[in-house]
Amino acid sequence: MIQTSEKFREHVAHALTDADLKIALTRTTGLLQSRRRQVIDEYPEYAQARIRAQAIKDHTLKHLGHYLEMFEANATANGAKVHWAATPGEARRIVSDICVKAGAKTATRVKSMLGEEIGIAEALADAGVERIETDLAEHIIQLAGEAPSHIVMPAMHKTREQVASLFDEKHGVAPDSHDVTDLVASARRELRKKFLSADVGISGANFLIADTGAIVTVTNEGNSELTCTPPKTHIVTVGIEKIVPGMDHATVLLRLLARAAIGAEITQYTTFYNGPKREDDADGPTDYHIVLVDNHRSEMLGTDLQPMLRCIRCGACMNHCPVYAAVGGHAYGAVYPGPMGSVLTPAMSSLEAAKDLPNACTLNGRCKEVCPVNIPLPDMLRTFRARQWEAGLTPPLAQWALKGWGFVARRPRIYRLASGLSVYGLRLWAFGKGRIRKMPLASSWLKYRDLPRPEKGSFMQQYNASEHAKRSRK
Amino acid sequence: MTMDHSDKPRVGLFVTCLVDAMRPNIGFASLKLLEQAGCIVEVPQAQTCCGQPAYNSGDDATTKAIAQQLIEAFESYDYVVVPSGSCASMIRTHYGALFVDDPVWAARQQALSAKTWEILSFLSDVMAMQIEQVRYQGTATYHDSCSGLRDLGVHDQPRQLLENVEGLSMKPLKDDDVCCGFGGTFCVKYPDISNAIVSEKTDAIANTGADTLLAGDLGCLMNMAGKLSREGRDIKAFHTVEVLAGMADGAGIIGSDK
Ligand code: SF4
Repeated sequence: MIQTSEKFREHVAHALTDADLKIALTRTTGLLQSRRRQVIDEYPEYAQARIRAQAIKDHTLKHLGHYLEMFEANATANGAKVHWAATPGEARRIVSDICVKAGAKTATRVKSMLGEEIGIAEALADAGVERIETDLAEHIIQLAGEAPSHIVMPAMHKTREQVASLFDEKHGVAPDSHDVTDLVASARRELRKKFLSADVGISGANFLIADTGAIVTVTNEGNSELTCTPPKTHIVTVGIEKIVPGMDHATVLLRLLARAAIGAEITQYTTFYNGPKREDDADGPTDYHIVLVDNHRSEMLGTDLQPMLRCIRCGACMNHCPVYAAVGGHAYGAVYPGPMGSVLTPAMSSLEAAKDLPNACTLNGRCKEVCPVNIPLPDMLRTFRARQWEAGLTPPLAQWALKGWGFVARRPRIYRLASGLSVYGLRLWAFGKGRIRKMPLASSWLKYRDLPRPEKGSFMQQYNASEHAKRSRK
Repeated sequence: MTMDHSDKPRVGLFVTCLVDAMRPNIGFASLKLLEQAGCIVEVPQAQTCCGQPAYNSGDDATTKAIAQQLIEAFESYDYVVVPSGSCASMIRTHYGALFVDDPVWAARQQALSAKTWEILSFLSDVMAMQIEQVRYQGTATYHDSCSGLRDLGVHDQPRQLLENVEGLSMKPLKDDDVCCGFGGTFCVKYPDISNAIVSEKTDAIANTGADTLLAGDLGCLMNMAGKLSREGRDIKAFHTVEVLAGMADGAGIIGSDK
């Protein structure tokens, strides 16, 4: 995983000047928000389902070891080879060994965030395997040589106009027009031939079902089926927190996932994979591997970050985040962007490497409001701020300003004096104007906005001189 | 409402540090409305700030000390009322996290948090106040500040109270539940992102055609009014209580240069 969250501010500066990015983000997040609102209005059991989903995840996380063992036993009985990877490096090694053993030349891949997290592209490069992204949006960004900017809509940062010119250039044959249908057809022509000849298919999983050992994937394009069925070898890489006890639990979560992610009642394709090809099956892989990845997840268990492991990767938090809408997913410089990424990234890297992410949030709470499993994202971001404060990572100027403020705020007399003086000072500085446009020490605020000239005298000064104060003191 | 003098609820008004320094009119409007609603209002002298800047920066020790100071200043009242959703929410929903290991203070904190209210929901939900004989000539649009909306459920109350203001017509604001980009220290730590967010907001405000912007939190109001002013838009901003108390005169939160 290439960790570049250190450069958050640089990325932001760049993103804010990109007019196409703004157009792309506004179009897509706007559409996803209104679709989500509509399907949730039409789902009277939503509130109950959300409570149930949270309870399912909390229960499973509390007994994670138990359910993982149950899953391993059942999946193995179904004919899967189950591997455990503590780190992304281990996961990559397992994947590349399987590919080498299979003598693979090409691998089709249906995108999963876990795959991004462990660096699947690198693993395949190490094994000398050509990687073919089969998700339409992933195909687009593979052609562009970029990384996903959203967990559900990986090419959210591109306008359809940009995609059309990319296809013109890379597909060789220009689509008849720049209709979305033509663009899709052009990608389909490119990808079809590759699906059938791939040696290995690599997928993630949206859920692992403990009592049957099945894995579940959802897509809207059917590319999971085309990736996982024709090749001889199928490799599933998945995070250990994706497990649920049984099928009923998975369906509760599936109904919420589709609604939160794309504003649909259900995804187009929901597939349960139960093991390799059996004797009388028409098709399917003969070699079927499941790689269970930890990568700091078990460290979050039992801490105040545990609720983050409820995440079902629907992306609703980013679609509703004003910061994400302003800067886009790439600004976060990490595999997981937006509010959920601002929690996961420091948890998976370090407070220092991701120091901006927990701070670059207004704590407006919309992410928590739309999260289908009710993750208190703002509280967790604040937890990181507290850890940063403890570790002395808060910028020195901010530390001093806050310490000064804290000192004064605990001493009402001094506070009164200070607020009275600042009102006086601000009024002088306003030079009789109604607003302040320039002032030392307020440059961040005044870079883009005016500051009001305060009224004459603070509230307390005015109040204490009033009749009301005399009456209530008696 | 007929109440015998001794039955009237005793309210401690917490004016908040921003109102104290930048817009005392909001404090006086709050005082007036609370008395109209039938409360006995006092303004404790020992009040300062609710501790949000420290809390949101992760400085829990300082926040705790400030919270203790506020609890001592206000715990003798029947209610604590605050003209700010975010400060009310700080006391009501976030103070609890500070005292988990301290049973004595936790009990005092819980008692205080339970009787702390954001002013518009207090007037509406607790006092069932009806606004009468107040005029404001203009067309206004309303922005829901995040903490009041999401932590405290302040949504219908201001709209209902404003319905009875004569002369006022309301225009719906597109994305009225989306953050204005203030976020306390966020706007000074990340001014460029904050600017991108507030610019969308001021565009939406201007698109309503309203001549007045109303909200329930001075921080957000200063952010939006400051941006409207910088953009040279002729739109006044007031805290909702200023209009409800009939104290919305002049140019609003940011005065004009003219
Ligand atoms: S944190 Fe919640 S809203 Fe965000 S991706 Fe995860 S489940 Fe979805």
